[in-house]
Amino acid sequence: MDDQKKLAIIATKGTLDWAYPPFILASTAAALGYETQIFFTFYGLQMLRKDLGGLKVSPLGNPGMPMKMPFGPKWFKDINWNIPNAVQSLVPFYENVATTLMKQTIKNNGVATIPELRELCQEAEVKFIACQMTVELFGFEHGDFIDGVEYGGAATFFEFAGESDICLFI
Amino acid sequence: MNFDKELDARGLNCPLPILRTKKSLNEMTSGQTLKVIATDPGSVKDFAAFAKQTGNELLSSAESGSEYTFFIQKK
Repeated sequence: MDDQKKLAIIATKGTLDWAYPPFILASTAAALGYETQIFFTFYGLQMLRKDLGGLKVSPLGNPGMPMKMPFGPKWFKDINWNIPNAVQSLVPFYENVATTLMKQTIKNNGVATIPELRELCQEAEVKFIACQMTVELFGFEHGDFIDGVEYGGAATFFEFAGESDICLFI
Repeated sequence: MNFDKELDARGLNCPLPILRTKKSLNEMTSGQTLKVIATDPGSVKDFAAFAKQTGNELLSSAESGSEYTFFIQKK
């Protein structure tokens, strides 16, 4: 189908929160009939790993992130825990705790998990391309990533992006 | 309204109601109607946009309390 719309995404972030936009947009675009490709480069490669346990969220240095508890009575959930950066940086495993709380919040809100969204993308035939240069730069091996990923460089990305209707850098 | 299949998307948030709807429609034949119940307030605009872009017809979109009911006819 030549008149099929195309969406090209470059995914560059490697945190739990920033894994959402590429997978949400790609899966939705596919449902709307778009042919979709995501080019994963730099930290975005984390989203292609077999083990997604490395995707975390960090409130440190992120003033836009509300810090609210996903449990307890309403008055408690409504508190915004405004913890200074200097304190956050000293608490061991702070990111692990924040990530656990974030995952609970995601579950409470009926928001899909990243593994689920990634699988939905694959089912909908969204093409995943990993940047070979950054795979090598970070010392990854193809075996670290899920099956079905293609490996290429900038020229590979432009082959599809040049004909796309929408192109996003995330 | 008559329907051929029902999808319970209650408690699901964006983009899951749309993705599940698309999946359900894939398993149906042209002209059949899918009933979807959702609780995501964003789904009202999303289902209208989904129908417009995919050519499936949104026969009705109704709100009752915190639930939204859509009837979609497959293209």
